[in-house]
Amino acid sequence: MKKQLDIIGKGIPKQDAGLRASGRAVYGQDIVLPGMLYGAILRTEYPSAAFSLDLTDALTLPGVACIITADDVDVNRISYKRDHPVLKQGEVCCIRDEIAAVAAETREIAEEAVRRIKVRYEIRKPCCDPFDALQEDAPTINRFAGGKFSHKNIAETFHYAHGDLEAERARSKIVLSRRFSLPRMTHACLGPSSITADCDIVSRKLTLYSSTQVPFLYQRDMAHALKMPPSDIRIIQPIIGGGFGSKLDMYPFEVICALLSMRTGRPVQIVYSRKEEFIASPTRQPMIIDLTAGVDAEGKFTFREVDIVKDNGAYTSWGATTPFVIMQAFSSLYKVRACRFDAKAVYTNNVFAGSFRGYGNPQATFALERMIDLLAAAIGMDQAEIRRINANEPGEITGQGLHYETCGHGECLDVVIRQSERVRNTANGGASRLQGRYRSGVGFASMLHVGGGAKIYRSDGCGTTVRIDPYGHCTIITGSTEIGQGSETVLAMIASEELGIAPDRISVINSDTDVKPWDVGVHASRTSFVAGNSLLGAIAILRKKLESKARQLLQCGDAELAFRNGLIETEDGAAHVALDKVVREMHFGEPNELAVANFFYEPPSQFQDTGFKGNVSGSYAFAAQAIEVEVDCCTGNVKVKNVWVAQDVGKVLNQMLLEGQIHGGVLQGIGYALYEELLMDGGYIINPNFHNYKLPTASDVPPIHFHPVETYDRHGPYGAKGVGEAPLIPTAAAIANAVSNALGVEISSLPVTPEKVLRALEEKNHKMHLA
Amino acid sequence: MTPSTESGSPPIINERTIVCQINGRTVTQPVQPLTSLLELLRDRLGLRGTKSACNEGECGACTVLVDYVAVNACLFLAVNAHGSNILTIEGMLQPGGGLDEVQRALVEHGAVQCGFCTSGMAMRIRALVNEQGAHPADPASGMRVLPSRADIQKQLEGNLCRCTGYIKIVDAVEALLQKKYGNPA
Ligand code: FES
Ligand code: FES
Repeated sequence: MKKQLDIIGKGIPKQDAGLRASGRAVYGQDIVLPGMLYGAILRTEYPSAAFSLDLTDALTLPGVACIITADDVDVNRISYKRDHPVLKQGEVCCIRDEIAAVAAETREIAEEAVRRIKVRYEIRKPCCDPFDALQEDAPTINRFAGGKFSHKNIAETFHYAHGDLEAERARSKIVLSRRFSLPRMTHACLGPSSITADCDIVSRKLTLYSSTQVPFLYQRDMAHALKMPPSDIRIIQPIIGGGFGSKLDMYPFEVICALLSMRTGRPVQIVYSRKEEFIASPTRQPMIIDLTAGVDAEGKFTFREVDIVKDNGAYTSWGATTPFVIMQAFSSLYKVRACRFDAKAVYTNNVFAGSFRGYGNPQATFALERMIDLLAAAIGMDQAEIRRINANEPGEITGQGLHYETCGHGECLDVVIRQSERVRNTANGGASRLQGRYRSGVGFASMLHVGGGAKIYRSDGCGTTVRIDPYGHCTIITGSTEIGQGSETVLAMIASEELGIAPDRISVINSDTDVKPWDVGVHASRTSFVAGNSLLGAIAILRKKLESKARQLLQCGDAELAFRNGLIETEDGAAHVALDKVVREMHFGEPNELAVANFFYEPPSQFQDTGFKGNVSGSYAFAAQAIEVEVDCCTGNVKVKNVWVAQDVGKVLNQMLLEGQIHGGVLQGIGYALYEELLMDGGYIINPNFHNYKLPTASDVPPIHFHPVETYDRHGPYGAKGVGEAPLIPTAAAIANAVSNALGVEISSLPVTPEKVLRALEEKNHKMHLA
Repeated sequence: MTPSTESGSPPIINERTIVCQINGRTVTQPVQPLTSLLELLRDRLGLRGTKSACNEGECGACTVLVDYVAVNACLFLAVNAHGSNILTIEGMLQPGGGLDEVQRALVEHGAVQCGFCTSGMAMRIRALVNEQGAHPADPASGMRVLPSRADIQKQLEGNLCRCTGYIKIVDAVEALLQKKYGNPA
């Protein structure tokens, strides 16, 4: 029997929404410490060059406290492959490269000092195409790469396979091959990147006010870079102005800021300008996907063969490991009997890509879902039908070993197919009807993503301390991090549900590594799942302690007790005692103990083996979207008219916050589909501002019809699964399918710009004339 | 040779003292010709609730009201604020410290995620609501014409938000206008 829930599932505003709306919330750029200096970074002017520096002019500028270059500091290289020098020595490999840094009394002086540093460059020809970088005679792009692979410019490779590929190929009625290419999209968080470093000159300990989303990994990486003990570094996380994956890696500017503070013995702050944000923060991985796939006479998927070349840029970030997720989509989204997957990340002199909400999955889903439409057309099957008969099912263990204990894929598809049916029947596009200026079409796409964390680090766990003070106020100290998604609020709701304490009498502490217990960080949509379970574990322990004292006070033997409205009472409500009184009696009477409990939760997931097989997550999330577009054949403009979203969320924890994640994710997906591309030319970024890099605005928002599907996964808190990344993942694929459906043209790259639409129409008309 | 001041800032030319009302208080400040209102507010007066996200007039995070008109403070020169009446997010709070109706609507509708756009968004909405209040109801019917959803979306175009997808922001505005100026059903 499901317990009656009072709070969970309700739409409750974020706990700190009022603070954020009041203008009092302190973001990184708002921090001011006594005696604080301002840091600025000199970056290269050329993507590939040797260089030498002359600091004389800059050093004499009044107000400059210190200038550092690679020659002045003793640090280790960063990134998980340790292929990234913090300050570059003698040569630069991409337009983001840091070559010197200044700390000064004001931001203006710091910037002026940077301008006064003289750099002599010996310009080299950059290698900006990953396929050029794979040529035998290509220059070595990153000399710290380690040479582990068959070519010096390969940064990482992944190989995966299941099933009998050749047998399935032979069994296929249709086999198609296509190349898909995906652009560089950037997070464009509204809050610019920032850090404030404060080195205590007496103890040499370092406090960093940093917007990282993985504070404990960051602490360790920072310690490695600076060659100091991790426990001498304290990370305080101010409120973050948007994350979306951009704060998963530690970047050179953060180590540089720490170095400037250690050098000067004063706090130092670095805040990016918007231009710097566009140039120097990571992007979604651009990639070329070659996909061959087959379908049998019944429309069942037979095999998929995938070769991916990813433009890694000049250094490696966590983003290079996105194939972990990409291969899941190819191996396990819809049933498929055989799969072979190979991906390589290739060094180029472009800016390096990082991790971004969806972690490779939007790219994979785009290629896969476009291919499904092509296969459907080739065997003469309806696009909804082919998806429905191949949908994943509960209980399925996929070729990769993912175990779908619960699975709402089929239901998600049913919902969006049904809801979009009327519009679909009246859409006037399609290959056969090519009249009129405006043509409409509907496209479908699904997605599969980890829904219960992902065991890619040694632990995927999270620690929690929960305590109740003698006045009945509850404090949750959680290892997890809040980056705007609302995890604090969900935790407070869980505690309220279980302890009968009003949500406004619960606070969540989560921003200080000196205080909070360990957690791997915000990624893989894991926070509500992992931190929620961790909190439930701590509460179970705490409740036992409180109950035993309450039973004593109530003299009720071993009767079942309930926690309601600040009281502990017998189930029938006949006898009760105030919760705060129980806590006081615990403190001041026998057994003289605190009302506090600790718990560390480790999800029931496995490490994958060397062939990437294994049940990597505690649960799996599914979604389907149907999207209606209208295309203007004169201008090439695509307007999104309606978005239907059905998502298997396990269980809705907070309806309002969930909708917020859906709306925000879908709009980012629309941006990815139609507008957003960080353009690079010869290693230079040519649109580093909001004017030329177009984010969706309020006017670009279509109606979004959201239907949550609840499958109650036994591993999730109250049955819930991760939700944060999913809404963005299928959107671009569904839009591309809708455009293709409207016009009868192939769309094989993003963004679907007006120029691309017009070109596709022209090619099509040309072909029709020839025919 | 250019003389450099103690602070290293460029030589003082035409520095001017401005007097204006900020959140109901009279402020007197010397400003350089190119000092932006945003710098004056954030760096000189410590009013850091107004955010800086692009500094080039493209995102609206720095929106404040100058004589009841919403402007991007990063592009508005501080010297031009002389004699004017400025309202920032800090001035929106009620005397007792409570949130203003616009802020409350945003909170209640779940329109705040990371919150970085929220100050600017709230100021833009404040201007929009004020303007609606300035349109008198039709004297004959006693009815008011409220902006459509598309109108509201259009008016918020200059304020970027990367988190919410705008829907709940527009919901908040619609509900607030309806509550304040809506025609009884
Ligand atoms: S900071 Fe002023 S418009 Fe962006
Ligand atoms: S809430 Fe994050 S930018 Fe709007």
